[in-house]
Amino acid sequence: MPVRVLMPALSPTMTEGNIAKWHKKEGDKVKSGDVLAEIETDKATMEIEAVDEGVLGKIVVPDGTQGVKVNAVIAVILEAGEAASVLATLDLGGAAPAPAASAPAPAAPAPAPTVAAPQAPAPAMTAAPAVAQGRVFASPLARRMAEQSGLDLGALRGTGPHGRVVKADIEAAMVSGAPARAPMAQPMATQAFAAAPPPPPPPGVAYEDVPANNVRRIVAQRLQESKQQVPHFYLTIDCEIDALLKVRKELNARSEAYKLSVNDFVVRASALALRKLPKVNASWLGTAIRYYKTVDISVAVAIDDGLVTPILRNADQKGLAALSEEMKGLAARAREKPMKLQPHEYQGGTFSISNLGMYGIKQFEAIINPPQACILAVGAGEQRAIVKDGALAIATMMSCTLSVDHRVVDGAGGAEFLKVFKGLIEDPLTMLL
Amino acid sequence: MAVAKKKDKPGGVPEATGEELLGYYRQMLLLRRFEEKAGQMYGMGLIGGFCHLYIGQEAVATGIQRALGPGDSVVTGYRCHAHMLLAGADPKAVMAELAGRAGGVSKGKGGSMHMFTKKGDFFGGHGIVGAQVPLGAGLALAHWYRGNDRVAVSYFGDGASNQGQVFEAFNMAALWRLPAIFVIENNQYAMGTSLQRSTAVRDLYRRGEAFGLEGQQVDGMDVVAVRAAADEAVAHCRAGHGPIVLEVLTYRYRGHSMSDPAKYRSKEEVARVRAERDPIEQVRDRLIEGKHAGDEALKEIEKEIKAIVNEAAEYAQNSPEPDAAELYTDVYAS
Amino acid sequence: MAVQTVREALRDAMAEEMRANPDVFLMGEEVAEYQGAYKVSQGLLQEFGAKRVIDTPITEMGFAGVGTGAAMMGLRPIVEFMTFNFAMQAIDHVLNSAAKTLYMSGGELRCPIVFRGPNGAAARVAAQHSQCYASWYGHVPGLRVIAPWSAADAKGLLKSAIRDPNPVVFLENELLYGQSFEVPEGADFTVPIGKANVVRQGRDVTIVAFSIMVSKAMQAAEKLAAQGIEAEIVDLRTIRPLDTETVLASVKKTNRMVTCEEGWPFAGIGAELAALVMERAFDHLDAPVARVTGKDVPLPYAANLEKLALPQVDDIIAAAKAVCYKA
Repeated sequence: MPVRVLMPALSPTMTEGNIAKWHKKEGDKVKSGDVLAEIETDKATMEIEAVDEGVLGKIVVPDGTQGVKVNAVIAVILEAGEAASVLATLDLGGAAPAPAASAPAPAAPAPAPTVAAPQAPAPAMTAAPAVAQGRVFASPLARRMAEQSGLDLGALRGTGPHGRVVKADIEAAMVSGAPARAPMAQPMATQAFAAAPPPPPPPGVAYEDVPANNVRRIVAQRLQESKQQVPHFYLTIDCEIDALLKVRKELNARSEAYKLSVNDFVVRASALALRKLPKVNASWLGTAIRYYKTVDISVAVAIDDGLVTPILRNADQKGLAALSEEMKGLAARAREKPMKLQPHEYQGGTFSISNLGMYGIKQFEAIINPPQACILAVGAGEQRAIVKDGALAIATMMSCTLSVDHRVVDGAGGAEFLKVFKGLIEDPLTMLL
Repeated sequence: MAVAKKKDKPGGVPEATGEELLGYYRQMLLLRRFEEKAGQMYGMGLIGGFCHLYIGQEAVATGIQRALGPGDSVVTGYRCHAHMLLAGADPKAVMAELAGRAGGVSKGKGGSMHMFTKKGDFFGGHGIVGAQVPLGAGLALAHWYRGNDRVAVSYFGDGASNQGQVFEAFNMAALWRLPAIFVIENNQYAMGTSLQRSTAVRDLYRRGEAFGLEGQQVDGMDVVAVRAAADEAVAHCRAGHGPIVLEVLTYRYRGHSMSDPAKYRSKEEVARVRAERDPIEQVRDRLIEGKHAGDEALKEIEKEIKAIVNEAAEYAQNSPEPDAAELYTDVYAS
Repeated sequence: MAVQTVREALRDAMAEEMRANPDVFLMGEEVAEYQGAYKVSQGLLQEFGAKRVIDTPITEMGFAGVGTGAAMMGLRPIVEFMTFNFAMQAIDHVLNSAAKTLYMSGGELRCPIVFRGPNGAAARVAAQHSQCYASWYGHVPGLRVIAPWSAADAKGLLKSAIRDPNPVVFLENELLYGQSFEVPEGADFTVPIGKANVVRQGRDVTIVAFSIMVSKAMQAAEKLAAQGIEAEIVDLRTIRPLDTETVLASVKKTNRMVTCEEGWPFAGIGAELAALVMERAFDHLDAPVARVTGKDVPLPYAANLEKLALPQVDDIIAAAKAVCYKA
């Protein structure tokens, strides 16, 4: 049973009081003794403490409300295991007075995905798909299988009792192609990726249909969604990397402990540029833009089955050698069979880099890795004839193309990022600062 | 049909040599001083749980043990420290067991009520009142099965003599003529319930009559009398006449266990028995009267015993607690 | 291989061990002159004589204690209880005198004894004569507890029990006594204590059973197979020590488990098995464990009520389908 928190009488004569400030917000865990809120009476401001354990399910009377009658319901605490949906059915014992005009407007809810807004009660006892918000019921085996294959349990329809997702549901999802777990738990408009019936082969053509494995299906689906749904635009910049190559050579000559690649410099430069320009380090939420406070760079690694993007977390806080070392380890484990990366090592990330320079590709445009806003496509360093100070010259050039989600970043924003990036690449000593 | 009989004390006092008397004295003194030390250690918190002392009853087990030989088996209830020592167990290991130490006879896993020595033909040390009686009949059955002339002694108290399984054991032992001696240590109180309050027929030596068991009552404060009765009982069994009941009238000075305030009897009653019938004092008087030993010699014995007991206490306190790995050993034999 | 009834297999086990070891003897009510209340000891008095096949008075507590005392002296008694229902009178000796002695004596005193007899419901004998004691004895450290199904296991395990240096509770079943199975010949044949047996292979659901419930599980498995569910049946054979590895391996294969026993559900063998797979195969479970047990009532006399109270083949089928989500 949800526990109603009532406006307390803090003195024998008190009949009403004001909610000065909530110390807990909706979704916070509370335990006995925690200070829930401050209450103003005509005499003093006093704290009220929780006496029950659970989650603060709903604040009924917000900060700043005045004239709240004693014994009015001011909040509801959900006990362990109770779904937020029960709040909708709860009689809160008469509406609390409206916030006084002078009261500050309630702050916009913090973007905590665990806070479940009151929802309409689900129709009882149907095998309705468990929704991602709230508790997903799944058998232990199904839970483990989903995690191993990167499936989003919440998006599956459970056929077991009470909508429980069971082994059979996971197996069916793996055969039919199912929504992958969104890396940042980002609500993503997922469109069923129903495989169209295969076209009949042209007469006389020899062929082989190779069933796509689960990784391939997920990659395919997500890239299709990205290219179809994210408004991409592309910005290309050329960077001269002779200085970078010289620094790299000098650094590598100093120690056997590391062997820096050009890509390590690209990662480092991107990370520093992102820290300087957080506008690019962001995601589209549909009604808001989320700016990340950490710089987690996903680096695309080709594997036999497709593509994975292991993540260099807090890349802006790591030096070249550390980045280099970590990347080598991640790439090696990504290429093992079966892949040895844990889901947390490739799910998430705030910005991506894809480098095809080693194949001699001069320049290309990459598809954005949702929900990230940008991906940097890095081409090969090659000697080109350039015009410098009005004269022809030879320089080692590297073309980089930034794919940008226009919903999040405008042209100028993307250009500014590339400018900073180019500055760092061309004057690599500044990266050491 | 076997008949239960009651020994008349006057005129019926058996004789004992000076050497025998000295042996009894030394033996009973060891039991007494050992138990006193155990009581003291209990008070100091070195011994835990239940601790049932035998003080006052020493003549019973001492007299009977003297009538037994190698291969004769013994089993008793939870008041078993004395029987364990009489079976030849090392006082150090017995005291260490009381203290729950690794050096104990059961590695500290049995405690006061659960001690055994196969070498000494002593089969415990059983905590369930009366359970030792069918077990003792089983020991006797094993002697019968093997066709030897050994006997099995089962000790139990006046309280246990009301347990149903005692009669089941009597019945089978008589039916199969097992060499079983059932010793009822009648110390007058089943915990706090006096004999008068627990049975209408207080002649416990007659408890086996319905099954055809001979019975005999003997003064359990007189070790010489106990020994004589035990000799007869053992001879009876060895001759193949089947089981026999020995009711031994005795008295425990201490409470039922260490936690017994003994409100069910008066201090005067205890003091009177101590003053008039103490088994050790009786032997001491006979030694002095018969000029078998002087004060000096007896003091010397006292000193020796004291040293043994102190050594046992010392050993027990210095023995380490059992290794945690002992928790899981000895659950199964392999 | 010879075809034998469980009754004959048990008798042969005792006879072979008595021939091999003069310390082995049998005692109990009606074991000698009457040839066994259920004729399990038929012929033993004639072969081994009255000293080794001992009729006791009706005195369960007494002769359980006498047997235990004899075992402490090194003999190897087989104590027959006419049924385990009557052993309640004697359970103190089984637990306190036999099971705990080795431990309490710090390894000094062994107690090699077998307590055997029929256990569980027979037919229409009502509450006081129809109880399964598997979980009662299975609870006790120091005891080995065996509950065989087939004649081969009955023989091989009883021989192992008689040779074992520990107290063994050997739970037979009256309704199985007359059933025939193939039994390997020869006095060397034994079955190790503590090893379960996968008596039927299957991929969809693990049915764990023992004693007569294995028969019912086998019948259920046939019917389930007709409906496309392949059940794997684990016959525990030994309750303590439980063969956890075999149970876990099967559950990891099928991802679901149904337990079967005649005993009551509360703190029963099924509850123990459920705890086991929850603790050690949680991530392999695709459904909650289902328990098929006797109903939580004293066993009634009336034929229809008795049938309702005892676990039936259909109960196992329903439980198996439920855990396969194919109700």
